[in-house]
Amino acid sequence: MKIVVCVSHVPDSAAKINIGADEKNIDKNGVSFILNPYDEFALEEALKIKDSIGADVVLVSVGGDEVKETIRKGLAMGADSGILLKTNAYRDSISTAKLIAEEIKLQGANLVFLGKQSIDGDNGVVGQLVAEILGFNSVSVAVSFNLNGDKIVAEREIEGGREVVETSLPAVITAQKGLNDPRYASLKGIMAAKKKVIDEKEVTVSEIGVELIKLKKPAQKQAGKILGKDSSAVPELVRLLKEEAKVI
Amino acid sequence: MDFNLTDQQNDIRKTVRDFAENEVKPLAKQLDESEQFSPELTKKMGELGLFGMYLPEEYGGLGTDTISYIIAVEELARVDGSHAATLAAHNSLGIGPLYYFGTKAQKEKYLPQLTTGDKLWAFGLTEPNAGSDSRGTKTNAVLENGNWIINGSKIFITNGSTDFSLGATVQAITGMNGDRKEYSTIIVENGTPGFKTVTMHKKMMWRASITSELYFDDCKVPEENLLGAVGQGSKIMLSTLDNGRLSIAAMGLGLAQGAYEMALEHAKTRQQFGKPIIKFQTIAFKLADMALKIELGRNLLYKACWLKDSKKQFAKEAAMAKLYCSEIAKEVADEAVQIHGGYGLMKEYDIERFYRDQRLLQIGEGTSEIQRLVISRHIGA
Repeated sequence: MKIVVCVSHVPDSAAKINIGADEKNIDKNGVSFILNPYDEFALEEALKIKDSIGADVVLVSVGGDEVKETIRKGLAMGADSGILLKTNAYRDSISTAKLIAEEIKLQGANLVFLGKQSIDGDNGVVGQLVAEILGFNSVSVAVSFNLNGDKIVAEREIEGGREVVETSLPAVITAQKGLNDPRYASLKGIMAAKKKVIDEKEVTVSEIGVELIKLKKPAQKQAGKILGKDSSAVPELVRLLKEEAKVI
Repeated sequence: MDFNLTDQQNDIRKTVRDFAENEVKPLAKQLDESEQFSPELTKKMGELGLFGMYLPEEYGGLGTDTISYIIAVEELARVDGSHAATLAAHNSLGIGPLYYFGTKAQKEKYLPQLTTGDKLWAFGLTEPNAGSDSRGTKTNAVLENGNWIINGSKIFITNGSTDFSLGATVQAITGMNGDRKEYSTIIVENGTPGFKTVTMHKKMMWRASITSELYFDDCKVPEENLLGAVGQGSKIMLSTLDNGRLSIAAMGLGLAQGAYEMALEHAKTRQQFGKPIIKFQTIAFKLADMALKIELGRNLLYKACWLKDSKKQFAKEAAMAKLYCSEIAKEVADEAVQIHGGYGLMKEYDIERFYRDQRLLQIGEGTSEIQRLVISRHIGA
């Protein structure tokens, strides 16, 4: 069986982000990039299937040359091959989903894993859009996954609990933290990745539905207020928490 | 000239850094304090692929180049000296001579066991009265009825007495060549009757790595345990130390890098006189000097590795890199403690451990004085 795992190349969650001069991109200077953490759960789930029943795990990513670094990381973790849909053009979620869906069709995969969202754009919809375009079943925010023949039983995280769902292949699953414990790319994996192929395909981004106008930094946090140093400050603190902060 | 590392070298750095940060760092302080060797972490280092990584695949290695291996040591040393020591000693001193001088049979017997993280190998050179002057070696081996009978002792041997220790290569006098002692190197497996190992305690540094004394009391091993040829001991020792120097240099470089990063972070957050202390030029200049030394050390060390990988002479540069990187480890750790002020003296802060761990580096595998001697000979002095 062939499994496609979609991976994103995103700024390290620990990186300090500044906005670039064009106001539409971040300033990449000094920012290190990583495999999107949610995609690591997605990939691990695919690799677990590969380990237990065998599967051809293909990574698909969209972006410029720099994305190959992230694809290599996935190959080092154990994926079999990678495809880079190469473009430097701006994409919204639907244009990204269209590119990915088309590649999945070409690959003939009937099981697709993605992270529930990429921690850069944070739209969190590409998985479901891909499922819609392909007409696949869709389970989002999965925290447990079980494949038996073409039957899937999964658990989804919902507010305050879990939902157990059943569906069948073909399906698109988006992974949430807790789904599994992603493996390290071993050094052996890194050496083996050297021999694996990254297929680069030039692609054109279709019509954009949502245009990016500009990036803005969040408003600076206000400095804290010291109301007093002993119990006499408590009534005023309670009043402010109630009336100003509205937290109690 | 091309200063770029390959994708693979960069990927190895990232992976080992992740491992060091997530697996080693959280335990390092406690293991140091309780003077505890961690079998679990050792096993994990093996599973990651660190042990014997430069060996060809047929012996269970990964076939990496020297720079990749050195980067791995550097990244471990960036968070903890003890674990870098376990790795560097096993790879350079343990596996090195077996791989470079062993027969096919010896390599096939031992190397695959030494790449998984299940077994460690030690190099027995130093003796109580033979430190810088290795020709003061007293341990001797006599060939009798197809067996070597070994008597003597070794001291300060890394990885000699762990539960994982499979054996050691031992330097011994095997005869006289005129009035010169003839040295040979012999393989001794742990558990051989007459071979006793004792763990040394109360070390100042590298407290989570195992340092051992080895005792040989009529220890009998088969004749074919000879590594290389009779009389080749000095050559094996010198070649092993040339390689070992690269890994000690990597430990110095990594330690300096880790100490520098701690100092930088502390200087940015510590407020005195109403501002972060990094805003004071006296602190900023200290950090600038640290960064400069680290950059120089890295360039020198990577060049020595490049020479080795290019099959060129690298002994002079290896001695220079060992000398320089171990000395800047001292200087950088010292200034990093200074920047931390009183906190730098407390065990709660990792810099305290780094300050102790660096001190071995100017002594082990050839003191700074011996490195200067080696360099001076190479330049014809």
